[in-house]
Amino acid sequence: MSWKLLLWRTTQRLARKLTVIAALVLLGGLLSATLVRMAPGFDSDERELDPSLSSQSVNALRLSRAGEHNVFSFYMNYLRGAIHGDLGISHALGQPVKTLLRERWPVTVRVVGVGLLLAWLLALSLAFTACLGRRPAYEIFGITTSGAFLCIPAAVLALLSVILDAPGYLAIALIVFPKIYRYSHNLLAKAYGLPHITAARARGLSETRILACHVLPVAGPQMIALAGITVSIALGAAIPVEALCGLPGIGQLAWQAALSRDLPLLVNLTVMVTLVTLLANSGADVMVYMLARGES
Amino acid sequence: MNQVRKLACVVVLVVCAMSAAANWLAPAGYAKQFREAPDAPPSRQHLLGTDEVGRDRFARVLYGTRISLLLAPAAALVSTALAALVGGLAGYLGGFWLRLARAFTDLFLSLPWLFLLITVRALLPLNVSPLTSVLITFLILGLLGWAASARVLSTSADALRDSDFILQARASGLHGPRLFLIHVLPNLKPVLYAQFWISIPVFILSEANLGILGLGVAEPLPSWGSLLRELEGLISFREEPWRLVPLLLLIVVMTSFQLLLSNEEVTA
Repeated sequence: MSWKLLLWRTTQRLARKLTVIAALVLLGGLLSATLVRMAPGFDSDERELDPSLSSQSVNALRLSRAGEHNVFSFYMNYLRGAIHGDLGISHALGQPVKTLLRERWPVTVRVVGVGLLLAWLLALSLAFTACLGRRPAYEIFGITTSGAFLCIPAAVLALLSVILDAPGYLAIALIVFPKIYRYSHNLLAKAYGLPHITAARARGLSETRILACHVLPVAGPQMIALAGITVSIALGAAIPVEALCGLPGIGQLAWQAALSRDLPLLVNLTVMVTLVTLLANSGADVMVYMLARGES
Repeated sequence: MNQVRKLACVVVLVVCAMSAAANWLAPAGYAKQFREAPDAPPSRQHLLGTDEVGRDRFARVLYGTRISLLLAPAAALVSTALAALVGGLAGYLGGFWLRLARAFTDLFLSLPWLFLLITVRALLPLNVSPLTSVLITFLILGLLGWAASARVLSTSADALRDSDFILQARASGLHGPRLFLIHVLPNLKPVLYAQFWISIPVFILSEANLGILGLGVAEPLPSWGSLLRELEGLISFREEPWRLVPLLLLIVVMTSFQLLLSNEEVTA
């Protein structure tokens, strides 16, 4: 396939993906807004119980939330504002959502990024050791370690990292690592078990060459797809880790927003988390497509 | 069944039996306070000591295990039934319905599971009776956990739609719900069983996560989530290692569930 054709088809695929992403993100935001609106006690505001507030102040508080009663009008207003860069004001924290997100994203990006990197390094080194070492002990060690971490709730790992004074990204790495290990180990074992790899070994090809020329082309695309999925897993893990380790990131913000039923913040977070997850998955998908087409 | 799976099965059965016999093994109950002995170390009277308000920890572990092990399968049943309805029907109907169901499952799957769970749980009343909190927690797990299973089931049902026996049944005049109930659904049984068993450990872990974050089962009812929350006050493992018993029990049960699920089931 010529490069021009590949580029054209990739652009087409990308455009289709982006349309689907936009639709899903908008639907996700609407779903979140509807859920919050339908939640029991949505109309009540604890501040109204403050005896020092006059009836005018209570009325003003009620009026400030009046625009949120109709979920569709709220969502339309939100979208209109979002286009102009105004994401609303958080009820619970009393700050513009845009400021909150700008302050908190770097923390999450750092914690999730380092955590993911560590998880991939740990999982791949164990998976390669198990597949290349070809000794039952390596495999048992990998399965036992990943199995043990798979059985521990993410929040417990976060608590343990607090008790042991370990960094938050380590907890994220240990939450994500077993999922990567199990999948990548299966992929590598399957690839190394292919007859042409046995033949290549018999002909004396070096392990590095076998890996680069025969194993990675088989297992690589699925590993890239897995990389997209692990972003979503790590983002989910960031909620208990940041909430319990006291890290002021998006995960902690999501937890606070959920507890205080902060509609503007929840809608923005849902939109943002959906967007990041879908972009990561679609990015991986497009990369896999390009690799597959490039080869053919 | 190999030896390891047999052992895992025995472990799960023993834990289930012990939690079912909680009334006899720990007659004091999960809520009774021994006010003279708060934070007591293990003794003959209190095998795992007492918590900070003087409740017997052994009793709480047994009752908490009972709640988690009873309700996680119930939630798995709800989610599998929903998945069969949405995924199975969409796969069977195909075309527009299949695309719609896939878009809907994509939407659910695009949100991290814990984020979705925390958001929806927090939107429901938190100051409710303990029993209501148990029902809310596990009902949410069941109602939100169907998407991944639905995706698998829609693919399986889609593959079945053009199979020979379905075409023959159609040619014989069988259509609509009868065809779905008589021919499609029974053939989805292996996938449904697999999805049901896979969901149980996922829901046990999810409840534990919610409990630790303060959004799970309300006090004084114990669950693995609320028991693990006690770890928050732990300063060092050496000082009070018995406080780790709920975590160890959870790991043992979860490992057993993992061993019980064969590779084929996980793949399905």
